[in-house]
Amino acid sequence: MRQFDYVRAADLGDAVRALSGGAKLLAGGTTLYDLMKLRIEQPEHIVDINHLSELKRFDTSGSSELVFGALSRMSDVAANPLLIRDYPAISESLWRAASQQLRNMASLGGNLLQRTRCPYFRGGEPYACNKREPGSGCAAIEGLDRGQALLGMSHACSAVYPGDFAIALIAFDARVDLIGPRGERTISVEQLHREPGETPHIETTLGPDEIIVRIRVPVTQLGRASTYLKIRDRESYAFALASAAVALEMDGDMVRDARVALGGLATRPWRARGTERKLIGGPLNEQTARDAGEAALEGAAPGHSNAFRIELGIRTVAEALMTARKRGLTS
Amino acid sequence: MTAMVTLSQAQSQRAVARHGVTLTVNGADHALSIDARTSLLDALREHIGLTGAKKGCDHGQCGACTVHIDGRRVVSCLKLGVQAQGGEITTIEGIGAADGALHPMQQAFIDHDALQCGYCTPGQIMSAIACVREGHASSLDDIREYMSGNLCRCGAYVGIVAAIEDAAARMKG
Repeated sequence: MRQFDYVRAADLGDAVRALSGGAKLLAGGTTLYDLMKLRIEQPEHIVDINHLSELKRFDTSGSSELVFGALSRMSDVAANPLLIRDYPAISESLWRAASQQLRNMASLGGNLLQRTRCPYFRGGEPYACNKREPGSGCAAIEGLDRGQALLGMSHACSAVYPGDFAIALIAFDARVDLIGPRGERTISVEQLHREPGETPHIETTLGPDEIIVRIRVPVTQLGRASTYLKIRDRESYAFALASAAVALEMDGDMVRDARVALGGLATRPWRARGTERKLIGGPLNEQTARDAGEAALEGAAPGHSNAFRIELGIRTVAEALMTARKRGLTS
Repeated sequence: MTAMVTLSQAQSQRAVARHGVTLTVNGADHALSIDARTSLLDALREHIGLTGAKKGCDHGQCGACTVHIDGRRVVSCLKLGVQAQGGEITTIEGIGAADGALHPMQQAFIDHDALQCGYCTPGQIMSAIACVREGHASSLDDIREYMSGNLCRCGAYVGIVAAIEDAAARMKG
């Protein structure tokens, strides 16, 4: 591992200045330190932000929005009783990710910015990777692509966005507050991540000197009838082969409002708006849930050995819809 | 924080590769001079001589290095040693009673033959104690879910789950 300086930021302004100078921020460290050991991240300066109280506010008591400070830990948020009751998709997206040890360490801001698990990205030399080394090519597209994306790829990259929490957040139209040298701004979580296009190494719309301060989720009636369904190679502690965050507002058997987002299948968190429009105003049953799943995976482009994840994705969406529907009936 | 440089000091001094840190482990303070790259796991093993926490994958995937910081279980391989200053660190060496009696979780692992080679066992036990304290050991399914971050390549899982179920009852009592 390359040598680096380690310092603790005195305040948020200090952290922003350090970022402008090329430092990397250290929160939970579960992504950054891991990638440093793999020599994929090679920062010269590390600025520890773990003690900055401005980033720690976690408040689910508000009448208009839920507030998650960027340094809130995954395990604490997953265990919040209000979220478990009123926004199960958010809680589930957190406790179905990683292990309890990692959830105790990992911050929500870091979770949003976690980097892909593409084995060619993590594997290093001799494999080409446009994320790791822009312009070098992509070994995954012609390689073992069982876990590669089916939606949102380019000829330059097919790496999956690996997170779960962001999938639930985009279903609820969550926003992130950012701070940089020019002050604060707010964007939707959906605007945060980019498709790879010609520049797979640029993964987000965050400026190089901007910090995520907090995440805000508007209070909504859609929360209770929601779920995050994650399908993996094993039952626990694995990244998604396919996942879906679904939220519903039902009027009897009819869908009044619907949110559908996909994880594990695309190069970025993937909101399926066409699927939502198809669902709204109609009945929800096994058949329409299946139809919605098919709509959500429309345009999915398989490679050599990942085509099975199209059917898996369709069934994941369909099952999530039926689970959310059941929750809507009992709440 | 003693001996921790501020950002402006670091920028004026440039490379500050070694750090003086004091780690509080099992109730005792240890003053160390460590390279910034040193993980908490290596600080415990190589610098303090507590080799109970094991290095398996060194990437946060196997759980063999699990320790507690302020009562919460973490993987010590993904924590910088310098970051751990200020926290109360507990390792497998620190969970028994002062008279040498085993922790109920240690005894339960023996009673249920919850290991074969034993390499993952310190991490399993540290994780299991936290699992019970968190309230995640009320059913076998819960135990399996919340212990999924600790891998056992000998496959002693049946014994491990039984040991945790047993110890959970004793730890309440």
